[in-house]
Amino acid sequence: MKIDVLYFAWVRERIGEPRETVETSAATVMDLVDELKAREPRYELAFSDLKSLRVAVDQELTEFDAPLEGVREVAFFPPMTGG
Amino acid sequence: MRISVQSEDFDLADVLKGFGKQPNTGATVSFTGLVRDDTGTLDHMEIEHYPGMCDAAITKIAEEASARWALTDCLVIHRFGKLRPGDQIMMVATAARHRVEAFEAAEFLMDYLKSRAPFWKKEVTRDGADWVAAKDADEDALNRW
Repeated sequence: MKIDVLYFAWVRERIGEPRETVETSAATVMDLVDELKAREPRYELAFSDLKSLRVAVDQELTEFDAPLEGVREVAFFPPMTGG
Repeated sequence: MRISVQSEDFDLADVLKGFGKQPNTGATVSFTGLVRDDTGTLDHMEIEHYPGMCDAAITKIAEEASARWALTDCLVIHRFGKLRPGDQIMMVATAARHRVEAFEAAEFLMDYLKSRAPFWKKEVTRDGADWVAAKDADEDALNRW
């Protein structure tokens, strides 16, 4: 399946692009993270400390064990600093 | 209810004109956040946002506040892009029957916008640029609700 993966703030800077479309068979967000980390060092660097990351699936905040079936968009970013 | 995520500045007087004006409103509260420069070295702040998620996340927070404090009106404006010290970043306004509800709902909105609305701030100073880290205290602030 194809999933749009989005990156924001320093995650975007470490990956080097704001979004990409990924062909994956990952069952969960965590599986997707592992697939990406295995690709290139820049992913390894961006995902080195998952505690400092948040994830949204189809634009809703969720956890790393969230399933990816039927999902169109996954976004990774640091804790939000709005307001 | 009005939600706006925008790059342009807003005029407080214009925005609040007519806000909450209905017979059952007894109190309105508004809060405005400005770009602060603690060290005197800040050139500007870059506010990055997640366009698709912003509206939905803010609407959800505003709907919860509206229901919980029976607000008669509710408004959130949040800017993104390049902002200079002293610029307005965002505002919330609440209208309710009594002031306690209006104040509490405004604080709730602020607490949730800080850690649940998809914005990220980068400070660009004379010495370099750095992302503003979320504070534990901001996350803890949600527990009081």
